[in-house]
Amino acid sequence: MNEGGPRGKGRVVGLEGSHAVSEAVKMANTDVIAAYPITPQTHIVERLAEMVADGELDAEFICVESEHSAMSACIGASAAGARTFTCTSAQGLELMHEVLYVASGMRFPVVMVVMNRALSAPLSIWCDHSDAMAVRDVSWIQMFAENNQEAFDLTVCAFRIAENRNVLFPAMIHMDGFYLSHVIEDLVIPDEKEVRDFIPDYEYPFPLDPERPVSMGCFAPPYIYPEIKKAQEVAFERSKTEVKSVLHEFGEVFGRSYELIESYRMDDASIAMLMMGSISETAMLAVDELRDDGCDVGLLRIRLWRPFPFEELRDAVRDIDTLIVVDRCVSYGMGGPVCAEIKSALYDEPRRPKIVSFIAGIGGRDVTVDHFKQMFMQGIERAKSEKTKTDEFVMFGVRE
Amino acid sequence: MMEDMNPVLVTTDELLAPGHRACQGCGEALAVRLVCKALGRDTIIVNATGCIEIISSALPQTSWRVPWIHTLFENVGAVVSGIESAYKVLERKGKRKRRKITFAGFAGDGGTADIGIQALSGALERGHNILFCCFDNEAYMNTGIQRSSSTPYGAATTTSPAGKRSIGQMTWKKDMPEIAVAHGIPYVATACPSFPIDLMRKVRKGAMIEGPAYIHILSQCPTGWRQPPNLTIEVGRLAVETGVFPLYEVERGEYRLNFDRYPLKPVREYLMKQGRFRHLTDEVVEEIQRKVNEKYEKLREKAGLK
Repeated sequence: MNEGGPRGKGRVVGLEGSHAVSEAVKMANTDVIAAYPITPQTHIVERLAEMVADGELDAEFICVESEHSAMSACIGASAAGARTFTCTSAQGLELMHEVLYVASGMRFPVVMVVMNRALSAPLSIWCDHSDAMAVRDVSWIQMFAENNQEAFDLTVCAFRIAENRNVLFPAMIHMDGFYLSHVIEDLVIPDEKEVRDFIPDYEYPFPLDPERPVSMGCFAPPYIYPEIKKAQEVAFERSKTEVKSVLHEFGEVFGRSYELIESYRMDDASIAMLMMGSISETAMLAVDELRDDGCDVGLLRIRLWRPFPFEELRDAVRDIDTLIVVDRCVSYGMGGPVCAEIKSALYDEPRRPKIVSFIAGIGGRDVTVDHFKQMFMQGIERAKSEKTKTDEFVMFGVRE
Repeated sequence: MMEDMNPVLVTTDELLAPGHRACQGCGEALAVRLVCKALGRDTIIVNATGCIEIISSALPQTSWRVPWIHTLFENVGAVVSGIESAYKVLERKGKRKRRKITFAGFAGDGGTADIGIQALSGALERGHNILFCCFDNEAYMNTGIQRSSSTPYGAATTTSPAGKRSIGQMTWKKDMPEIAVAHGIPYVATACPSFPIDLMRKVRKGAMIEGPAYIHILSQCPTGWRQPPNLTIEVGRLAVETGVFPLYEVERGEYRLNFDRYPLKPVREYLMKQGRFRHLTDEVVEEIQRKVNEKYEKLREKAGLK
């Protein structure tokens, strides 16, 4: 996790999270951008539109009339062999939903940043992960950024991963709306040439081209559909290897390396808290304070959400007794979706921790250091009691 | 009228290969075949979900000899925008050599006038250099003859059945070509495969013109119209000759009526060939006749024929 100040190769600049993403998209020499405005995603596209208008980035910027069309236009552009980018939030992601399956099913390496935001109703423009959780099954590579440095870095890596011939899946980078999108941080921005060297020009293997006609998107009767879907699942699962190697190579070149699951002060921990996204930076402070008080607590953060890092998760929790999972989303009638998946991933383990589920910070409600300390304390208590069986999850800090 | 298109010079190239799975007498498959002949090989086709997609693409086979992509039902306007934009920028950046390619969007009436109208409107408004062909068979034929906004008044479909309290479709056909004209695009035309040379000429013109072009093609459907397959061409002719579906084009706002048989044949001749209208009373036929006359007069006026 990001401890201390800016590090790695490049120059340090104060940059808003959204603009950091725009910078990465520019450095990737992206060919086609299609996007529709939605808060809190707007700053990314506004900056990209400026870059195109000023000639800093030679791209086609398609101001589409909806997110459904944004993803559709990206698919078209990608099918023609262009490097494509879009970004959205919440309702926009939901409007794209059916198109997301097409992008992955037809193996188009579209890169998208999602500024995570709560879903209506009631309308909320503020952060949570309900939008991300609603697209768990779409066969996109999905990574969650903790901070804006990571958002920049992961966006760069996303192009490289998605466009790899052994991958050819679209990739989604999740950033917490407002907490990251509108926050200015000191970031290390590498040299543009080095970024371009890291993401070489891309060639789609079979683009739409009259010189070599191909039919794309043919329909599949029952005698062939399952085979196609199995091939997709096998390829998707294998893409994890590529994600790992690109993240490690990025580390070697730029001096910041990333794991699929990050851990903080986990070495001798018996109690761990697990989450995704930006709140882990606050949780780290809580861990520090609890460590000062003598509690053996640590932190885990999932970076690669899809394909799911089973092995890495099992390794990470091998020696702990209690795992407290903090979800930023409710799966109604079920609980915390991340927690449900963690439980399922650990079910067959001979030794597994007690798992306690919290839901916190939905609809942009701040989660403070004190809140995390309280969740640690309550979580430890709940893990000891038999109550966890009936008390599946707790929505933390909600007035009743 | 068809001065720039010599029938003798029509290519024998079949870009929609024979052996596809369309119904006997399918006007739409014929229309697509003619459109492809007019477009030639330097074409990329984006196809909406629907009859044409289903009859031409069952894996692992394909009927397409030009690059072809199908993704979803409602997004042809957006997908074709993306392809056109990609070619533009890739050519500009020197990643592709420059050549004249037609970016064609194909959709049925549902994929054009109903679920697809938003993406289409966006594409027309943004001015992409595309050719959009609506193959209008006047209902959701692929799913089993359900009504669309393009189904004509009085037609019985499975979701607008004729009954004791219904004459079938209770609304008038959405005027999609006029909606396209309202976008101020350089070229809009109507066509019908019963007039193949006219159809191909318009497609060629739409493809040559810089900017968006929209061609609305009446595509007879023996299955949904309850008409014998061998009458497809005749029914299409009657649609035009009765003024139910006039052939016209609008080039940079200028209207031109391509087939002005005046006075018109009675609409009854067209309606009575088709089972979907067989329940209509004289009164309703009269009502349809009045509406057709009224619209046709307006069209003649726009074309300066009055």
